[in-house]
Amino acid sequence: MTGSTIIFYILAALTLLSGALAVTTRQIFRAAIFLLFSLIGIAGLFFWMQYEFIAAVQIVVYVGGITVLIIFSIFLTHQAGDLLPKQKAGRQLFSALAAFCGFALTILQLFQHKFKGTADVRLLPTAANIGDQMLSVEDNGFALPFELISILLLAAMVGCIVIALRSKPSII
Amino acid sequence: MMQPGLNHILFISTALFFIGVYGFFTRRNLVTMLMSVELILNSVNLNFIAFNKYLWPHKLDGLFFSIFVIAIAAAEAAVAIAIIINLYRSHRSIDVENAEEMKF
Repeated sequence: MTGSTIIFYILAALTLLSGALAVTTRQIFRAAIFLLFSLIGIAGLFFWMQYEFIAAVQIVVYVGGITVLIIFSIFLTHQAGDLLPKQKAGRQLFSALAAFCGFALTILQLFQHKFKGTADVRLLPTAANIGDQMLSVEDNGFALPFELISILLLAAMVGCIVIALRSKPSII
Repeated sequence: MMQPGLNHILFISTALFFIGVYGFFTRRNLVTMLMSVELILNSVNLNFIAFNKYLWPHKLDGLFFSIFVIAIAAAEAAVAIAIIINLYRSHRSIDVENAEEMKF
């Protein structure tokens, strides 16, 4: 029972508890805040696995970007203090049943399967290694997907502006 | 309490995935459904990183996959929120029951 183990269990509990509260609470603003804590817990797990770069990306993009975007859209579309309408008990019951059955099936398969890894020498996930491979145009390089993702982000940005643009009444 | 390893991380990511699935089934509000989708995507990222660390540490492929997943999730969230705000303008509601004509 080392410090690392204790930190792992604390991070796991934070992630799962706030994730569960985020999908069950009836106050939408609290749901967004619980989602924020769940994402921070996942970033902590990335730090725990010593993938610092991806943890930093997670914090910058999810915690700093997407959650703020979600909170702003809640402000734009909800009255403060409104509770979400109560769901039907049957729907909740069957959703919980479906989710639990899927969970049990997946866990059963996972724990029966023996994973075989390699024993090759470890390539450290430092920013230098990641950058080298990301921009390399040789085999095992990720330059083409990188360019594709840039085009996708540009298209998504233009699409957002076009969709969210307030259409003038005279045009319609 | 054992030393945490691959199975522990896979347990967390599976639990998080099905928490997200439960939220997606029960919620009827577009913003909260989007939040459930974010949880699902995050559990996938956790899986990729865990496999990369514990099974194939001599490569960085899992890490690149999760970087691309994060980028696509960001684009998806931005487009979804633009659609939600546009829907709120025309319907004064972002409940999926009130957005039925979107399917035609």
